Amino acid sequence: MIETAHLDLHIGDTQILNDISLRIEPGVITGLIGPNGAGKSTLLHCLAGLTPVTGGTVRIDGQDPFSADDTARARMVALLQQSPAIVSRLRVHELVAFGRWPHHQGRPGPDDARHVDEALEAFDLTALADRPLETLSGGQRQRAFVAMTYAQDTPWILLDEPLNALDPRHARNLMARLDGLARTRGRSIVIVVHDINAAARWADRIVAMKDSRVLAQGPTQQVLTPATLLDCFDTPFDTIPHKGRTLVVAQ
Amino acid sequence: MTPTAIKLTGLACALTALCLAFLLWGLRGPVGFILELRAIKLAALVCVGAATGAATVLFQTIARNPLMTPGIVGFDALFVLTQTLLVATLGGVGVAQLPDGLRFVAEAGVLMIAATVLFGALLRRDAADITRMILTGVILGVLLRGLSSMVQRLLDPSEFAVVQQAMFASFGQVGRGQLIAGALTLGAALAIAMRHAAALDVAALGRDTARSLGLRHDRLILISLLLVSAMVSVSTALVGPITFFGLLCASFARAWMNTHRHAVLIPAAALMGAAILVCGQFVFERLLRSGSTLAVVVEFFGGLLFLVLVLRKARA
Repeated sequence: MIETAHLDLHIGDTQILNDISLRIEPGVITGLIGPNGAGKSTLLHCLAGLTPVTGGTVRIDGQDPFSADDTARARMVALLQQSPAIVSRLRVHELVAFGRWPHHQGRPGPDDARHVDEALEAFDLTALADRPLETLSGGQRQRAFVAMTYAQDTPWILLDEPLNALDPRHARNLMARLDGLARTRGRSIVIVVHDINAAARWADRIVAMKDSRVLAQGPTQQVLTPATLLDCFDTPFDTIPHKGRTLVVAQ
Repeated sequence: MTPTAIKLTGLACALTALCLAFLLWGLRGPVGFILELRAIKLAALVCVGAATGAATVLFQTIARNPLMTPGIVGFDALFVLTQTLLVATLGGVGVAQLPDGLRFVAEAGVLMIAATVLFGALLRRDAADITRMILTGVILGVLLRGLSSMVQRLLDPSEFAVVQQAMFASFGQVGRGQLIAGALTLGAALAIAMRHAAALDVAALGRDTARSLGLRHDRLILISLLLVSAMVSVSTALVGPITFFGLLCASFARAWMNTHRHAVLIPAAALMGAAILVCGQFVFERLLRSGSTLAVVVEFFGGLLFLVLVLRKARA
């Protein structure tokens, strides 16, 4: 479980995170939603121990990511940032192999190669393994980066808007794979999504943020109500039950 | 052998052949004396080429921009300023009395500290905004050059002559003590860089991604800055400032080796740098008999390549 207590982050006079107290359940997908600038990406970086906070605590399965040794932290939690930089002449299998860095520190063994192959297979990248990243489409690149994060083999996976640049088919495939990881391998996944219906379809739990605070958290059905959504996005929404889930439609 | 190993071996063989040609072509008269002269010059060319090539690859990774060279942001301007200040404080006679090797160590040490503080702050603040970083770096370079020329105006004409000797790229005269100190520094810097080659591959992914993978990113950047400073000291102390030559080595190395791996790129750029300089000096000195123009020609082609790369990038 990831628990935060009264997380606070301000840079100068700008409050970026304000009194964030969260419980993120293990083994499920948690969707992080909220308008632009609500602090979702920053929160994700704080949860991964990458952006130091000015107040409050983070515990990942009881450990403090800020005081943990860098390697130990990178074996506990993996973060995929939004639109990561492309290194020229880097091939897909080499990128995915970087995910093994926390486990081998530059001296990969047979076990690492096995993990890389498995990640390539899981994200349908085996045929692209030798292609340089700059020759791939945006969606293929995104999948390669998610595969790298997967190869890191951490109990916690944090993804910042991984559905960006993905068409409906690849977005659905990616979410279905993440869903499979949570169900069958017990991985815990936190994902920032802009598409509320993607969150409604795939997330077991939702954290809704607004103006650097947490507005609501809980099971998806309980959070995605017209009242909470209106509060969160300042836009009226209808919610329609659909095949046992909630469908969200802007009015 | 892998294709990469074959290419690297090929480069090393080409460099060896060039070195032999440089040493032995048209050898007559007092053989021992001429060989010694040529050997010193050859060693200087190899050191400068290797240092510039490797430093540029490292710096491009730190700056995450394949168009950068340490010269563009004013590393060598900082070195000239260091030398100028040294003359201003110790006096021309004081500096001239320092043993060559010791003088180099002092200058390199000051550059390493100053560059790490200055460019470390620059990279930390503006790392996200690469355009701003380049512009700040270029302006910083101008500022440093301005500062040196201001201090130079305050100097005695005779002391100014000491500085002036160090200010222009010239492969003509190289001190033996400097050469030994430089070669040792370069060897150590290259060895350390190679030890961090795999980590540098990860750092190239960007700060956030690298840190998420558990890399101690900021420490690695600091080490790399120190290494770049050490290598720039070697080349600037031996021949003076060169701006674009490193771009030539690094770009050729990347294009030819076709990889992102520093374990390959660093030696490739170093070998390529050494080979270009030895080849150029050989052609100019032995075949065209006008050795002093090499620096100008190398800079001309480096600058041309810079323009081509910028224009190609602008179109893409």
